[in-house]
Amino acid sequence: MDRKEKEPLIHITKRKMIPKKQEWAIRLGAILAALVVCAVITTLTTHLNPFAVYASMWEGSFGSERKIWALLKELSILLMISVALAPAFKMKFWNLGGGGQVMAGVLATTTCMILFGDKMGNVPLILLALVTSLAAGALWAFIPAFCRAKWNTNETLFTLMMNYVATQIVAYFIIIWEKPKGSGKIGVINQSSRAGWLPYLGGKQYMLVVLIAIAVTIFMYIYLKYSKHGYELTVVGESQNTAKYVGIDVGKVIIRTLVLCGLICGLTGFLLVSSTDHTMTTTLEGGRGFLGVMVAWLAHFNPIGMVLSALLMVFMARGSGEISTAFGLNKSFGDILTGVILFFVIGSEFFINYQIHFRKSSKGKEAADV
Amino acid sequence: MFSLITFLPRAIVQSVPLLLGCVGETLNEKSGSLNLGIPGVMYVGAISGVIGSFFYETSAGENFNPVIGIIIPLVTCLLGSLMMGLIFCLLTVTLRANQNVTGLAMTTFGVGFGNFFGGSIIKLTGADVPSIALSATSKAFKTSLPFADKAGVAGDLLLSYGFMTYVAILIAVITSFVLKKTRTGLELRAVGENPATADAAGININRYKYFSICIGCMIAGLGGLYYVMDYANGVWSNDAFGDRGWLAIALVIFSIWRPNWAVWESMLFGGLYILYLYIPTGANFAMKEIYKMLPYIVTIIMLIAISLRNKHENQPPEGLGLPYFREDR
Repeated sequence: MDRKEKEPLIHITKRKMIPKKQEWAIRLGAILAALVVCAVITTLTTHLNPFAVYASMWEGSFGSERKIWALLKELSILLMISVALAPAFKMKFWNLGGGGQVMAGVLATTTCMILFGDKMGNVPLILLALVTSLAAGALWAFIPAFCRAKWNTNETLFTLMMNYVATQIVAYFIIIWEKPKGSGKIGVINQSSRAGWLPYLGGKQYMLVVLIAIAVTIFMYIYLKYSKHGYELTVVGESQNTAKYVGIDVGKVIIRTLVLCGLICGLTGFLLVSSTDHTMTTTLEGGRGFLGVMVAWLAHFNPIGMVLSALLMVFMARGSGEISTAFGLNKSFGDILTGVILFFVIGSEFFINYQIHFRKSSKGKEAADV
Repeated sequence: MFSLITFLPRAIVQSVPLLLGCVGETLNEKSGSLNLGIPGVMYVGAISGVIGSFFYETSAGENFNPVIGIIIPLVTCLLGSLMMGLIFCLLTVTLRANQNVTGLAMTTFGVGFGNFFGGSIIKLTGADVPSIALSATSKAFKTSLPFADKAGVAGDLLLSYGFMTYVAILIAVITSFVLKKTRTGLELRAVGENPATADAAGININRYKYFSICIGCMIAGLGGLYYVMDYANGVWSNDAFGDRGWLAIALVIFSIWRPNWAVWESMLFGGLYILYLYIPTGANFAMKEIYKMLPYIVTIIMLIAISLRNKHENQPPEGLGLPYFREDR
């Protein structure tokens, strides 16, 4: 009777709890490992010294007061989009349409500024633009949410397609309003009159955006953690059947959550036109609808944690802009580095949630058997 | 002037990348993996093929051999997309990461990878050419049967394409057959529908997932290669591939996870994609932007229509999007 059945080499179990310290150590380790891999990739493909590349990325993000403000602006915009998407994902509603919802807000604000720029005072104009862009963003989120709630329509693709619809409508209006004719751009809106431009608080153009982003983040933190709505959407996300069982109207929660998401995205679009960029292009949203998904997920839908994950993303984007100018590289190099870091951080979640047991050496086992 | 004879072949050429992407994604989804990284995979497939043929074309010069010129980009394209497939498998199957997030990260990475190497390979290699225009390779890819020109209308419609068009349709039909009629297909579908049951039946879940995801990604990568070599005449331009990867994922739902249906539906979408070029708008260029919306609007309408006709056999694989952990209950 010589049964040689081997125990598997690796045995995996779910972890119950993991100390916060260890959790963060694993994450930091993943980011460090990713940076090493990125350094190898950088040297192999471009023959540049990776430390010089990282140094210039740091320089590009934090090098001067102007650069820090630009970083803060990017951070605020990305953070607002991520915070907007968080409740939807917590509800397991895959809203990939954050970009489209932002563009709806952008279009609404631009429309108000161009059509009514010289017809009303600055305050009513800004209020009108704010209200219409909130409504537009909410509408763009409401349509797929309604179909999902009513007929269980696939929301992932629906919201994705809404992005392209929004982009094409924006492209249409850019041609209608292009200035000068034939340029394919609408340039800076109301450059001389500054009608519809938000004020520069304390002389800083981006101060207002930063403050609004902080307010929205804190609001969402409280909304998710302490409000009844936040509780309901968490239950819906965990189990729709449980939600139905305890008397939560699932359809209503889905629509309500997505409208909130659309409102914040619409607000972001309003800020993009009225406070930061003062123009409308088809790429104004700049892929932040997708990036926001990853930011929200990396932070486990905790708005405060999103500040960190958004900072990481923005740092990569700003930094890669700097290396593209400093080393004459294509700007997309940053996307490669961001992708590698994401792979590592996504992979590291496994080591937070699961524990690996290696097979004990057979010698020790025999001894134990005896 | 609108002419069906000129429109249809162009629609079919448009349809091939969508079809290959769709077949690849179907294989992914049948194993229970919703791979939103397909757009990125197609970019990587395309640029890997371009890099391969770029090196061959610049080194071969006058002695360009069309057969080798086709094989090298095919192999590099398959290798590139295989790498992407392995990344997805490693993260979602072995490490049980969230599929949607991994997919989006892969798309970010893949599009960046394509645009970076597409935009800077000339600078990086110090080659003496102004832009990536792989005309010799593209010509080899586009070679159609010699008698196609003489066969009149039927020749234009059926025979005027490069070999990859036919390969794509063949891949779709074979995939359909394998999924539906073979034991391998049955077991793969079992893995996608209910991994716990499949596991209990003694099917090696991870092996099936790895193989179907990797093969699916390689098929999708070919779609990217086709776009550059056949459609774009071997000219790489950044972001030109656009949103075709996402439409390919949408096509999976319309074809109700049946690759042989996807052949026709991809042609329909190929047509919608270029219809704006054929609708007369005169000097009103703005209207063209509205017509470009057509494929997306049709996608949305089809999504709603399918969800309204809530038939049992039209549902996605039940285990779609869920990582499998044997010890979970």
